[in-house]
Amino acid sequence: MGLFILKRFGVMVMTALCLTFIVFFLTNLYPNLEKLAKSEGNFRMSDEEVASYLGNNGYLRPLPVKYGEWLGVWPGYVITGSDGKTRARCATIDIPVDQAPTFCGVLQGDWGFSNVFKDEVSSIVGTRLGLTGKLMFWVMVLMIPSALIVGVLAGMKEGSKLDRSLSSFAITTTATPEYVSGVILITVFASSAFGLKWFKGTATQAADAATFENFFLPVLTIALYGMGYIARMTRASMAEVMTAQYIRTARLKGVSFRNVVMKHALRNALIAPFTVIMLQFPWLLNGVVIVETLFNYKGVGWTLVAAAGNNDIELLLGISVVSVMVVLITQLISDIGYVYLNPRISVN
Amino acid sequence: MEFLSWIEITLRVLTQFAPVWVALIVTFIVSIKYKRKLGLYGKLFDSSIGMIGFAIVMFWVFTGTFAGLFDMIMTHDPLSQVSGMKNKVPGIPLRGAEDGDYAYYLLGGDNLARDVFSRMVAGSTIVIVIAPLATMFAFMVGITLGLPAGYFGGRLDIGLSFLANLILAFPVILLFYLLVTPEIRMTGLPQYMAVVLFSFPLIFSTVLINSRFYIVPQQRNLFLAVTLVILGMLYISLINEEGSKITLFNAIDMFDVDAGLLTVFVSVVFVNSPTVFRIVRGLAMDIKTRDYVAAAQTRGEGPWYIMLWEILPNARGPLIVDFCLRIGYTTILLGTLGFFGLGLAPEDPNWGATINEGRKLLSIYPHPALVPSIALLSLVLGLNLLADGLREESLKD
Repeated sequence: MGLFILKRFGVMVMTALCLTFIVFFLTNLYPNLEKLAKSEGNFRMSDEEVASYLGNNGYLRPLPVKYGEWLGVWPGYVITGSDGKTRARCATIDIPVDQAPTFCGVLQGDWGFSNVFKDEVSSIVGTRLGLTGKLMFWVMVLMIPSALIVGVLAGMKEGSKLDRSLSSFAITTTATPEYVSGVILITVFASSAFGLKWFKGTATQAADAATFENFFLPVLTIALYGMGYIARMTRASMAEVMTAQYIRTARLKGVSFRNVVMKHALRNALIAPFTVIMLQFPWLLNGVVIVETLFNYKGVGWTLVAAAGNNDIELLLGISVVSVMVVLITQLISDIGYVYLNPRISVN
Repeated sequence: MEFLSWIEITLRVLTQFAPVWVALIVTFIVSIKYKRKLGLYGKLFDSSIGMIGFAIVMFWVFTGTFAGLFDMIMTHDPLSQVSGMKNKVPGIPLRGAEDGDYAYYLLGGDNLARDVFSRMVAGSTIVIVIAPLATMFAFMVGITLGLPAGYFGGRLDIGLSFLANLILAFPVILLFYLLVTPEIRMTGLPQYMAVVLFSFPLIFSTVLINSRFYIVPQQRNLFLAVTLVILGMLYISLINEEGSKITLFNAIDMFDVDAGLLTVFVSVVFVNSPTVFRIVRGLAMDIKTRDYVAAAQTRGEGPWYIMLWEILPNARGPLIVDFCLRIGYTTILLGTLGFFGLGLAPEDPNWGATINEGRKLLSIYPHPALVPSIALLSLVLGLNLLADGLREESLKD
């Protein structure tokens, strides 16, 4: 088991390195840098001015070197620019060039500076991650139990009326992307057109003070889309377990249907959904971006859109690292959990 | 002129779709009559879920076709603005209507005073062209790489699987934001990706024909020449565009694809292919242990013949089902791109962009966003139901 985890961990680190390199490459393409130079300097800069600005700030060196610096395994640049000024990557307002440390990158905890929000990337990502964490927590609280209940109820008697209606519900929710269900939910429950106005159509205030009124719609919107898929997986897995020999034996022994479901079937039926829930994370992240934009809730997803829209390279890189790590860690947990829960699978 | 009541609006919308109803009824009568002779497609008409799904999907296919080819169904031009119709509620009479104009905005006007109903209908054309096409390309890529990965295994499998997992671990929206921006388009990156991704149909059909007919070289050469010339011309026309990074073949460039559209297309194919790859790989690993594969190996057939003519046809059931589901997923992805205003021109009537525009005034005027939302929902739901029906029927064999 230890070796298995170690191996998976190695693959994970390699994937993370490759992915961040790809993001780094894409954000550091020349047109992006040119845009950055113009937004930092002024928009009427000539091509030579752009080139000298980028050269002075160390943007025009080979990509692997820049990536190594950003990661913190290559010494940061010290460049005497065309204007005679010396600039160092690791120098800040408080630390002059000659006292700057050699390495400053993600590994040293230096994530760079966001030129749109005018703040350290690490602190922005930290706060925003907390807000998104709050959203995700409530999504999980709502989604997992209801999905499992729907799936188990539908799967315990395959083909029954209950099964058919619950399955149609599950299919409908999987066919409804967040930007559609969000629009429909806001229209019905928050707009003046229907006049219900039970909830608020924006969740901006939920960042500081989340109430049922301003937080329920975004949570529900994300939960609905993920729910259908988990429910269908649970249903399939439950239906399969219910046809197993040991369930029939239990029934023939005279165990009540309720007890068969609760004590005999449930545990085995929940192995597959566990993996599915973990693998849902990449999709949930998508949902988070859409919902945070739609409801104007300023978490990581909203920040991603803002950073990408404003060409905020360092912030975009920081958010990419976080989201890629979330996906990879959940995949790792799902792999390990699957082996742990299912004794039939051997690691070797 | 009076406002229309909700009953009148419904009736008028239904009448507007008249050609679609006719086409649907004809399709169903013909299909049900000959369903015993139509294989899996015919069996679909034994399952009610499958029939409902098929009806919804075909409804949009016919709507998109009639609107795109013959300009039918739409009541107004989807891009033209009429003054005084901004954000107006459904059923409002058209201000300053002349003879020959349709006298109402059936489902109201949007924030730029355009007809919501016509924009929704026009949006269906884009979806029913791009979504299946992009899915097909993703399948070509997935099949061409997944079959050898599953069949040969070993290092090839490890390498390709690592690549696929790499793309799968990327949050889709981040990838879209990185690929579908005007700056990236300037570097020509999407076009280079198109060069790679669009070459897969060429490779696939070449290998397909060669592995089957290599014993009869004359026949093979004829087939290969015809396919390669046709596909090659399409390929070159697709990737080549005057004034962009790839201008090598300007002389034989037959048509130009809008650069934004090409980027959207490429990124959707790119995101979908790894999942298809994983499915095909899994199926190939399962099927290669069957007896008929062993028989073919004993006969001395080449590996590509076995993969493409023994394994692939036997994997068709799950692949067809996944194809339907994946078109739905692609539709959702296209909507996501539109929702974030990426790729296509902002005035383009695709559903995602329309929802995005409408959401800004959602709590006061919900109809401009609601109409395309429901359209998109129904199409994806139809595809899901269709896939469910197909799965049920294909399991009955």
